[in-house]
Amino acid sequence: MRVPARARRAALLLATLSLVALAVWSWGVREAATPHLASGPVADPAAQVAHGAVLARAGNCLACHTARGGAPFAGGRAVQTPFGAVWAGNLTPEPDTGLGRWSADDFWRALHWGKSRDGRLLVPAFPYTHFTRVSRADSDALFAYLRSLPPVHQARPEHSLRWPLGTQPALAVWRALYFRPGALPPEPTRSAEWNRGAYLVHGLAHCGSCHGSRDALGGQRAGGDLAGGLLPQHTWYAPSLYDPAEAGLGGWAVTDIVALLRDGISARGSTRGPMGDVVRLGTSHLPEADLRAMAVYLQAPGGSTAPAPAAALAGLAPHPPVEPTVAANGARLYERHCADCHGTSGQGHPGAWPALAGNRAVTLPAATPNLVQTVLYGGYLPATAGNPQPHGMPPFILTLSDAEIAAVLTHLRTQWGNQGPPVTTLQVHQVRAGAPAH
Amino acid sequence: MTLYRVALFCALAGFLAGRPLWGASLGADTLAARVKACTACHGEQGRAGPDGYYPRLAGKPAGYLYHQLLNFRDGRRHYGLMSTLVEPLTDRYLMEIARYFADLQVPYPPPARPVVSDSVLAHGRRIAVQGEPQRGVPACTHCHGERLTGMLPATPGLLGLPQDYLNAQLGAWRSGQRRAHAPDCMREVVERLAPADLAAVAAWLAAQPVPVPAAPAAKSPPPATAARPACGSDRVATQGPP
Repeated sequence: MRVPARARRAALLLATLSLVALAVWSWGVREAATPHLASGPVADPAAQVAHGAVLARAGNCLACHTARGGAPFAGGRAVQTPFGAVWAGNLTPEPDTGLGRWSADDFWRALHWGKSRDGRLLVPAFPYTHFTRVSRADSDALFAYLRSLPPVHQARPEHSLRWPLGTQPALAVWRALYFRPGALPPEPTRSAEWNRGAYLVHGLAHCGSCHGSRDALGGQRAGGDLAGGLLPQHTWYAPSLYDPAEAGLGGWAVTDIVALLRDGISARGSTRGPMGDVVRLGTSHLPEADLRAMAVYLQAPGGSTAPAPAAALAGLAPHPPVEPTVAANGARLYERHCADCHGTSGQGHPGAWPALAGNRAVTLPAATPNLVQTVLYGGYLPATAGNPQPHGMPPFILTLSDAEIAAVLTHLRTQWGNQGPPVTTLQVHQVRAGAPAH
Repeated sequence: MTLYRVALFCALAGFLAGRPLWGASLGADTLAARVKACTACHGEQGRAGPDGYYPRLAGKPAGYLYHQLLNFRDGRRHYGLMSTLVEPLTDRYLMEIARYFADLQVPYPPPARPVVSDSVLAHGRRIAVQGEPQRGVPACTHCHGERLTGMLPATPGLLGLPQDYLNAQLGAWRSGQRRAHAPDCMREVVERLAPADLAAVAAWLAAQPVPVPAAPAAKSPPPATAARPACGSDRVATQGPP
């Protein structure tokens, strides 16, 4: 069926006009119509600061707001997005380049409404789509803690976003599509601990920023989900926290989930890459009660948010057969480079080197970038109080070619009962050509 | 019964020797197993990699190794693979790793045959042993030890290193790619020398056999004088992990 050109133009105009109207509404009208929550009384300012310090860990603010080797919370690190680099700001109470002139109300507005002190719309790399769930009391505590830091003079470099993506009208449109401010409604049928976990997971901890699925505009379904997502530049895949074939935690004991978040390693698995940073800078510093709450929630995030386990269905499709030369090459390389630590049958060594047999991080089709990253760049698990001397994986970027890495990863995915799809040389090449692990 | 005694004896002997007899897998708890990520490039026991760019770690002063690990982690030295590897590690663990490699006493291979002329070698030797006082350049031996095997706690030895590695480091210092804690004395010294001087020193150092024993000198480097700029590394070397 052919649609007349005039009708198409009219539809386009109508769509644009309604987007602009939505944007204008979202820009100012909606915020003005909602009363600002005021600060409550604070009985013990020192306790408020201490509470804020814990919240800063829960939000993992350091990961973005601290440059390598730089002053904590003083900014200076770029977050690479598909639309360009976004520089994290200086959160220390320095008047000219930090939050020195900000009030608790300004700070609340940034977390809850995603607006800067001067009313400008903030770039959503600052995950206010999640922080909007943070309570006013927690926002005030976080702000009180940031006020207690030593002030550091360090200006934020300008974002280098592709035009027009960083402009205020573009941000207004984006917000109209993807941003719904407001607290998470409590689930009365669930325990207080579960609700506390949901508040942390979907609020400050902003787990969905990585573990949530995104569309082409970098937007996530309003409310967010934990259905798994590729990180910018496709360097890592943050697996689904619902799907048992990915990183769903339904079958895990609460104590194992707590151990993973606290120590970076548990009887059921360990954390590497960006999640290792989350543990090292964030969750390893949280009180046990908060970790338990997150674990209780993640064990059964349930409800209607859980989508069909697409990856599990994909796993049922027959994989292309492995070419005999690739299989032989993979077996030979595994014996030479991997078997010493991971065992001749991929059984690993508990607490030191992970088992590769029956490991869903190995077989998960979407997690191919994670496997390639690990072989290319190696890496240590995060050093934490519970695992102070972690083991490390050597980098192979200088010793193995793309074809060799593909062969050895294909070997892992097809041996010892593992049934994952083969890894292609092109997939390895794409990760090698992309951004490095950090 | 006899068999039981033999087994018990073997197990005890193995325990005393620090090498369990019941399979290599128990070695997973050792620091040697934990640093396999390092030795993959820096060679078994940190003896140096095969290609000249991965320097020896074994026997270097622990304070030196510790501060290099911190420098990579905190962005004062730049090599992506190193920075990625050490980023998730604490000061305390990095010091334990540094001590592990510092305590390894393994023999050095003989030096490679020099590929430069005798006059270049003589020029390099003169700078290394006598310095160039008129240009404010102290002799290498002034800080790195009379035998050039380093000084405790944190000044590295300069022998047993490949010429490529020495050239790369001196060049990195000259361009500001490699830095130490301020005041950065090595940077000042390198800036006073021309690229040809640096290449001559690197060539001469790489051609010298490592004396036996190769342990670093126990005394600290001398204090700053007109002939020797102050070094921030000396100050921080006395600060261990918190």
